[in-house]
Amino acid sequence: MIWRYILKRILWMVPFLFAVSVVAFLLIQAPPGDYLTTYIAKLGESNEVLDQASVDNLRARFGLDQPLYVQYFKWVSNLVQGDFGMSFEWRQPVSDLVWERMGLTMMLSFSTLLFTWAVALPIGIFSAVRKYSIGDYVVTTLGFIGLATPNFLLALVLMYIGVVHFGADVGGLFSSEYQNAPWSWAKFVDLMKHLWLPVVVLGTGATASLIRVMRANLLDELHKPYVDTARAKGLSEFALLMKYPVRVALNPFISTIGWVLPNLVSGAVVTAIVLSLPTAGPLMLQALLSQDMYLAGAFVLLLSSLTVIGMLISDILLVLLDPRVRYD
Amino acid sequence: MTPPIISVQDLNVGFSLRQGVVDVLHGISFDLHRGKTTCIVGESGSGKSVTARTILNMVPRPGVINGGRIEFTPKDGDTVCLTELDPRGKEIRAIRGGRIGMIFQEPMSSLSPVHTIGSQIIEAIRLHRDVSKKEAREMARDLLAQVEIPTPDKALDRYPFEFSGGMRQRAMIAMALSCRPDVLIADEPTTALDVTTQAEILDLMRNLQRDLGTAIMFITHDMGVVAEIADEVVVMEKGHVVEQGDVHQIFDTPRHPYTQKLLGAVKRLEEPAAAKVRPPADAGPILTVDDLHLHFEKREGFFQRVTDVTKAVDGVSFTLKQGEALGIVGESGSGKTTVGRCIARVYDPNAGLIDYRGRDLVKAGPEVLRDTRREVRMIFQDPFASLNPRMTVQQIIAEPLVVNGIAKGQELEDRVAHLLREVGLDPAMMERYPHAFSGGQRQRIVVARAIALEPKLVIADEPTSALDVSIRTQVLDLLLKLQAERGLSFIFISHDMAVIRYFCDRVAVMYQGRIVEIGETEQIITDPQHPYTKALLSSVPLPDPKLRGTRARHRYRPEVA
Repeated sequence: MIWRYILKRILWMVPFLFAVSVVAFLLIQAPPGDYLTTYIAKLGESNEVLDQASVDNLRARFGLDQPLYVQYFKWVSNLVQGDFGMSFEWRQPVSDLVWERMGLTMMLSFSTLLFTWAVALPIGIFSAVRKYSIGDYVVTTLGFIGLATPNFLLALVLMYIGVVHFGADVGGLFSSEYQNAPWSWAKFVDLMKHLWLPVVVLGTGATASLIRVMRANLLDELHKPYVDTARAKGLSEFALLMKYPVRVALNPFISTIGWVLPNLVSGAVVTAIVLSLPTAGPLMLQALLSQDMYLAGAFVLLLSSLTVIGMLISDILLVLLDPRVRYD
Repeated sequence: MTPPIISVQDLNVGFSLRQGVVDVLHGISFDLHRGKTTCIVGESGSGKSVTARTILNMVPRPGVINGGRIEFTPKDGDTVCLTELDPRGKEIRAIRGGRIGMIFQEPMSSLSPVHTIGSQIIEAIRLHRDVSKKEAREMARDLLAQVEIPTPDKALDRYPFEFSGGMRQRAMIAMALSCRPDVLIADEPTTALDVTTQAEILDLMRNLQRDLGTAIMFITHDMGVVAEIADEVVVMEKGHVVEQGDVHQIFDTPRHPYTQKLLGAVKRLEEPAAAKVRPPADAGPILTVDDLHLHFEKREGFFQRVTDVTKAVDGVSFTLKQGEALGIVGESGSGKTTVGRCIARVYDPNAGLIDYRGRDLVKAGPEVLRDTRREVRMIFQDPFASLNPRMTVQQIIAEPLVVNGIAKGQELEDRVAHLLREVGLDPAMMERYPHAFSGGQRQRIVVARAIALEPKLVIADEPTSALDVSIRTQVLDLLLKLQAERGLSFIFISHDMAVIRYFCDRVAVMYQGRIVEIGETEQIITDPQHPYTKALLSSVPLPDPKLRGTRARHRYRPEVA
């Protein structure tokens, strides 16, 4: 039953991803001009001028002279074979560029997700159970400040505090001596030393909103009759709270995975630039600016796929957690 | 005489609000005895449920116990004062569920939706008894068998939403009884159920009490149920116990005017209303329904194949005369509400004919429907949910007039005031919001909105089942008055035979999407022909304790063809 459901959901992803690829391709084609116009403009800045023949030559080499749909089908048929194309700007296969960055991005995203949950869940529960207590007001105020503060500002402030008061090495994910070193325990420790800052910066906004979500959900559940039933059984207040209302209130919490995943990748661009993190965000921004279409396309596609996968994960978790969802 | 198992003495409970502490229980006293059923009767807001929760020391916030005590004397132990225990402490938790079990009103929401029935019962057992998971599971299965749930083995692993309301309430009873408590507190356990299911649950509770010798505290507002099950009766009004005593004494010689009023309201529903105006014999038909069908299809899979068809309405035909009130009665799932909604074209019927004054509503386009909806209005069951809480009463009642462009400005206000007066409300209240009104007043507002466009036909879907008995008759009398004055025709959907008898000229009995019997109300009630009607009537509790046990109750099971 459950396997059928998962299989069905995965099958549904195929037409969906196809549609996404069309939109992604159209999106990166939408701005006027192409990589060549940007490239020519750049050359023009350094007073180099290309003659029309070599422009046409380049255009033919990159396949940019062909109609849109031909370009699209070339792109997609290569995609299916796992070939993401060549980056114009880097003169490297896109997949190499992306995967290099993706590993660290994923690690950063999941650390942030875990941090977000670990902080938001207990605080949200506390805030709901002790509604209108001093603690609730403090947490709520902090939550709103967290929601209202732009990530890059928080990054700047924390960097300042870290450098001036603790003399910490902020920025990047590695100290310079480990930058190109192979993986070792020392490198891992070094990574952990650097990781806390981006995790806190990236996680604050999401944590603040999740606290609000958890608080609101739990407040709805706390006074449901089944809580009274459980209390009348003789359960202790803590066991009761954890087993019944929190369990039900978790559902919307799980649904947040769907939007948290892509948000962590794309929403972090500015922060990643400020903190000079070797993640996907800055590379994607660069690719979009220079109309490096295969690289940008790969990123847009990847982000959309992450959204779809995030939704799939949260849907599967929901089915496992809430028996009422099972029979679609 | 043995000492009472629970003795409530001078109990006072207050709610601390911004204005200070407001008492909701004013020094009430009563006793519960082993093997006896004590009914606590009263209307909403009388403090019945607060009393029940206070016995378990579970006063809902912001309530506080500010006087009196509750003593609990188990068979083999010393007296404990429940009100002195720490509400979160170990002692009270051992009593909750262990010595005193509780059943709540809403079987839909009183069980956790995400845990299986079995796990919830097993949890209750293992909280109070030192048994292994496997033993507890066996005990749970036996309990489910005891409350007559078929295939208890499978039922353990089912979720509450897979059960009907009656089955859930059985599971709830099994859970409350899981540790053989000395006292069982049941807070309106049958109010949300059909009469047939209610009768079965009452039988079940009575049998269990006989076998286990439990003391039962049964909270209800239904005097018929009291007459069926009570040994002792405690009547509550606005946080006071106004009268208590033996069930026969309460029914035969009620002393307090409030008790008399409650009984009077029930007795009045024993017969057709005196003020009823019958339609003239030669009245023409206003509505003819012929062979109406509505099927709900469940579609599945990629191609949306139809995998299951529910025949909600399966060939229903009847005629409604001008000025007549036709009752449609049946248990939940019989399709009575669906018929009403088909006529209002909330649902689109699959086949059949709905002839309203020469117009076929099944085939009617949007134009005709808009015109018709001015004349055919609906009244819904829940007066709390069917009024927009963000609109004033004036806006609510004026809405149909404004939408249809009938009146505006001063004229509109005058009409609203007139409508309010007509339904017995003070026009000065029109600036208020619905939350400022009681259930009965809200239902009057709903009625005012329904008659604002001077309709000819009103479809009333359980308009009184969410109301207290004494208010129920008031609303019915209001509808009767409007019917007499305006010559309104009614389709009156209800599961309550007494209400139908009071209000309707004719009645149609529905079962599984079909009308099994239709005819004059009195004739159907006194001389039912179809076995289902007989079964339905046999389940209605009689508000007379002397008649208890004189009827053989049975559930209708259609012969398998």
